[in-house]
Amino acid sequence: REDGGRVQNCGTFGVLQEIFGSISTADGSALVKLGNTTVICGIKAEFAAPPTDAPDKGYVVPNVDLPPLCSSRFRSGPPGEEAQVASQFIADVIENSQIIQKEDLCISPGKLAWVLYCDLICLDYDGNILDACTFALLAALKNVQLPEVTISEETALAEVNLKKKSFLNIRTHPVATSFAVFDDTLLIVDPTGEEEHLATGTLTVVMDEEGKLCCLHKPGGSGLTGAKLQDCMSRAVTRHKEVKKLMDEVVKSMKPK
Amino acid sequence: MEGAMRSDAKIRGESGTESSPRGPGCSLRHFACEQNLLSRPDGSASFLQGVAEKSRERLIRNTCEAVVLGTLHPRTSITVVLQVISDAGSLLACCLNAACMALVDAGVPMRSLFCGVTCALDSDGTLMLDPTAKQEKEARAVLTFALDSVERKLLMSTTKGLYSDAELQQCLAAAQAASQHVFRFYRESLQRRYSKS
Repeated sequence: REDGGRVQNCGTFGVLQEIFGSISTADGSALVKLGNTTVICGIKAEFAAPPTDAPDKGYVVPNVDLPPLCSSRFRSGPPGEEAQVASQFIADVIENSQIIQKEDLCISPGKLAWVLYCDLICLDYDGNILDACTFALLAALKNVQLPEVTISEETALAEVNLKKKSFLNIRTHPVATSFAVFDDTLLIVDPTGEEEHLATGTLTVVMDEEGKLCCLHKPGGSGLTGAKLQDCMSRAVTRHKEVKKLMDEVVKSMKPK
Repeated sequence: MEGAMRSDAKIRGESGTESSPRGPGCSLRHFACEQNLLSRPDGSASFLQGVAEKSRERLIRNTCEAVVLGTLHPRTSITVVLQVISDAGSLLACCLNAACMALVDAGVPMRSLFCGVTCALDSDGTLMLDPTAKQEKEARAVLTFALDSVERKLLMSTTKGLYSDAELQQCLAAAQAASQHVFRFYRESLQRRYSKS
């Protein structure tokens, strides 16, 4: 793994597993294991009144939870800084990449819309939480089935038809690739917990299938030259292809309900 | 034994001058700086609310941590308090510049100086440096970079919106060019200050 100056493939990461539909009570769910890091995402859809300034849009509300069970560094209580930053990151990715058109979530403009509560819970923290959360969110959104809702004219109430469900229209597939930076001499893709702890900086690139970047998240740390950044971009492109292939395989293997 | 060093730098940012044409070269707005204004700094960042603030705080903190030579001052806490006087766009970049000037004013040993530059890309791909609040809202993508003074390396980056890899390189190059002006301004303002006293 230690090969100075190049963006190295992570040897211990190799196993990206996804399990769809693991939570039966949620409308959509996915469990993602990235090496040892495990994140489960559950999506619940509920009704809400659309925002007054955008009456034809629904909401997508992500929340990342890093409970004490995933690592000894987290305490129980209100969400710590890392969880809040991760939640903000996921919210930014959803917003920037337009993964779902919020207009698709609207049932009746100005009156009723879907709100998707996306709860991401880390079960095992071994570094690279942002990548795992993004994969889990994407996989869970692909798994979500929303029932058909009609507003009856007589009672003006919503009638939910649970027998007729449809998948969400996922417009783009943003995939996150994280790097651990060591003093500008070494970049490691998909760092483990120990590598992250020792790194002098981290970089996360979120790319969609057209090669467009939704997010370039580098929260401080040692500097990177433009050339190194380019290496990261090309690695992110490769990673996107790998993840997309895996996701397509899993979706195909699922029996249609 | 724990010592705490505090220093506030007040950056007065003037709102974007609509009269000056913005070319593809350096089109940063006018900026001014006053140092050591407050003899008894007070106020703190504890009143900031919201997750967006937490995220911004973390970005600024990590950038400072990468640059400050912490090993020369063990068991020391350095608190940087940033008070927003007015926000006319490019807030994060302004906060970074203020933090750097404050650290210099406090005499904290640093590896290099750093500066913040914001780039906005509008729908036809035109690049705007140092956008106003209105330009930021209408832009397709807003990218904020923190660059160091020694080799113009990228210390911190945070982006909003969708953009291509080529556009990223373009923005980074423009930001690197603009950072020259910011660092020159740092030098000039420090020279002015020390020549007066």
